[in-house]
Amino acid sequence: MSTREKSQGDVGRRDFLKLFGAAGAAASTLPLGGSASADEMVAATADTKHHRGTAATEPQAGGSGYEFFNVDESAFIEAAIDTLIPSDSTGPGAKELGVAIYIDRQMAGGYGKGDRLYRYARAGLSIADDAIGTDPNRHRRRQCLRAENPQEHFREPIGKRSRHGDDRPRWQEGRASNSANRNFFGLLLQLTIEGYFADPMYGGNKDGAAWKMIGFPGADAMYMDKIEPFRNKPYAADPKGIQDLI
Amino acid sequence: MATKLNAVDVLIVGLGWTGGIIAKELASTKLKIVALERGGPRDTNPDFIDPQIHDELRYAARHDLMQNVRRETITVRNSESQTALPMRQLGSFLPGQGVGGAGVHWNGVTWRWLEWDHQARTRTIDKYGEKIVPSDMHLQDWPITYDDLEPYYDKFEKTCGTSGKAGNINGRKIDGGNIFEGSRKDEYPNPPMIAAQSMVMFEKAARNLGYHPFPNPSSNASRDYINPDGVAFGQCHYCGFCERFGCEANAKASPHFTVIPLALENPNFELRTNSIVLKVNLDSTSKKAVSVTYLDARGREFEQPADLIILSAYALGNVNLLLHSGIGVPYDPATGKGVVGRNYAYQCGGGATAFFDKKTILNRFMGAGALGTCMDDFNGDNYDFEKAGYIGGGGISCSNSGARPIQSHPTPRGTPRWGSDWKKAVVDNYDHAASIGNQGAVMAYRQNYLSLDPTYTDVFGRPLMRMTFDFQDNEVKQMNGQADICVTIAKEMGATKLDRSIPPVPYSIVPYQSTHNTGGAVFGADPSTSVLNKYLQVWDVPNVFVTGACVFPQNAGKNPTGPVGALAYWAAEAIKNQYLKNPGPLVPS
Repeated sequence: MSTREKSQGDVGRRDFLKLFGAAGAAASTLPLGGSASADEMVAATADTKHHRGTAATEPQAGGSGYEFFNVDESAFIEAAIDTLIPSDSTGPGAKELGVAIYIDRQMAGGYGKGDRLYRYARAGLSIADDAIGTDPNRHRRRQCLRAENPQEHFREPIGKRSRHGDDRPRWQEGRASNSANRNFFGLLLQLTIEGYFADPMYGGNKDGAAWKMIGFPGADAMYMDKIEPFRNKPYAADPKGIQDLI
Repeated sequence: MATKLNAVDVLIVGLGWTGGIIAKELASTKLKIVALERGGPRDTNPDFIDPQIHDELRYAARHDLMQNVRRETITVRNSESQTALPMRQLGSFLPGQGVGGAGVHWNGVTWRWLEWDHQARTRTIDKYGEKIVPSDMHLQDWPITYDDLEPYYDKFEKTCGTSGKAGNINGRKIDGGNIFEGSRKDEYPNPPMIAAQSMVMFEKAARNLGYHPFPNPSSNASRDYINPDGVAFGQCHYCGFCERFGCEANAKASPHFTVIPLALENPNFELRTNSIVLKVNLDSTSKKAVSVTYLDARGREFEQPADLIILSAYALGNVNLLLHSGIGVPYDPATGKGVVGRNYAYQCGGGATAFFDKKTILNRFMGAGALGTCMDDFNGDNYDFEKAGYIGGGGISCSNSGARPIQSHPTPRGTPRWGSDWKKAVVDNYDHAASIGNQGAVMAYRQNYLSLDPTYTDVFGRPLMRMTFDFQDNEVKQMNGQADICVTIAKEMGATKLDRSIPPVPYSIVPYQSTHNTGGAVFGADPSTSVLNKYLQVWDVPNVFVTGACVFPQNAGKNPTGPVGALAYWAAEAIKNQYLKNPGPLVPS
């Protein structure tokens, strides 16, 4: 890594933390005020140059709307995914690529409802308490992301400054206060990465920007005459989603 | 109350590779054949068309083509001291559902297992003595040898258009092929696939180290091909959407466009989809099956009488049906008696992830399911068991099956799981990392088995099947030993950073590992340690045959579909030429 790249990375990270602080502060007021809207969240972040234009965020705030999350929840989810995959000098963030909408649609649809989950439990037990593996609460998908107060999933509100005086967000998976919180985090991280890299038709990965960032060409995949000539050579193709091809 | 239907001659339960092969092979008998498939009908068009099939979320992450565990699942525990809990979503393995079964969404790696795999007990003891076999290991021979099965391996390869390079034709070793394979009568029907950059690097490194790499035998056609049944294959697109997906090009061999349409041409064959078999019914002697009970898509219950019943569901599904039907004596680990559920085994993994500098460009997304370079120098008995400290070994390979980014964004160990540093690591490594993987054999043990769960039921009210399984010392040593070899190869390939895997003990049902579940209804020469005779016929109920990977006495360091397909041809021939002429036991018990 060159010095210049490193320097840019550092600047990006500092800017990100400032941005994070703004969004986090708004989210952290939710339990008390309950008044911060997705619009305000966007307004708080719209002027940063690291967001690649506001076009990507506007539809989330208005146009397409949320099917599943209420106003407080969507504000929290937007702030949370902006922390998990922030916009920075490496590439676009989850929020600007529409991942909040992706998660909303997943939760509203068959996946969120558990249409492929085994649902029987022993008498007196919920399926969450009667499952294999270490994270049974992963199975309470809807309850998990639909907590009345998402802040309760974490001991401290997201974005609160560390007592140690540095800029590290306190919101870290290892500090989640119990297994329910860790499972909430696991599900949120899974959905965020899915939405970021899934086909754009699912609502995230707008314009295939996450694919472009890593160099994945997307759904337009026919390489029988390319695999040999492109051995150890860069293959640059503008990513295409399924809807670009039909 | 079940509606009793008119009797048929042959009833096939589950229409994937093996049910499809048997249905097609028995067409010439003019017998009335009915196949019951629990899932729906599927065809290349419209179900697997481009570009819609290139959807990682739907097919790879959400398992669109696989078993829906909302209806039926299993319970799992690591040992008898634990209470098994239900597998609430798919994880460790991905059984198929629907016409073509898992044959639709496999990768296409089509092995002949090594000669040792067919005679693991005899060959191990001959070479190392009884003492090398741990006391709890149920090491068993197949009742037939590699040479017995050779013509059927050949037949299956030709059906599938397998692309590869022979390493041993009539005893003559051929450089560039797998010199450790058993003697073949013929070359593969198609030449090897085009190697990807990572495979070129792996091959060079393995040769430098004195090993014997060769191209994976791949049923992703390397060129346009017409198989001996007249079925046309397209050339593989190297699209990188293969395992977990259907193939838009009919390049990946699948029963849905090969054997099943041929079976359907037979006017005496009838396929009933969305029909789930609940049990096989026996007569009062329990020595003869008379019918099956099944539900159709509307939930109506039917009894379908048949003279001959073939259980050709997924490996776990077959064992489940045997247990529910009271066919064969269930295995009891306390007494060591009983056979159904005995010798359940699985697959080991691990190896090394090699990270390269940015000048090394792999284009991993240009891939195919079975595209890879492998070596068998530490597989079967091609290495010294005593020196290594483990039996069975595994194939070591560098595969290039695609790089779909939800599930493939490798980062070095120690990278944060999220945030800017995570994203930077994803970008830095996405196309500069390769896996050098071990696919390890898993032996069978007294304490690993399948049985019925005392607590949980499926939506039909049947007890769920319970899996009691963990990796044992032999397999842990193997995973460690093989990972060390993978590390050596990764270094030779020029990795600037590498992560060696750690054996995943205790076994967890949660992360995906391998859809290579074996055993539970094994074939053998001794009815006290096997459910089936060498023709896959149930010892206790001779008008029931069972196919699939559940028949293997232990698993090999290889993918199972090659011998699964070969044994289906082997059993079909025995049914056609022996059983139907004189119904009854084909081997005296």
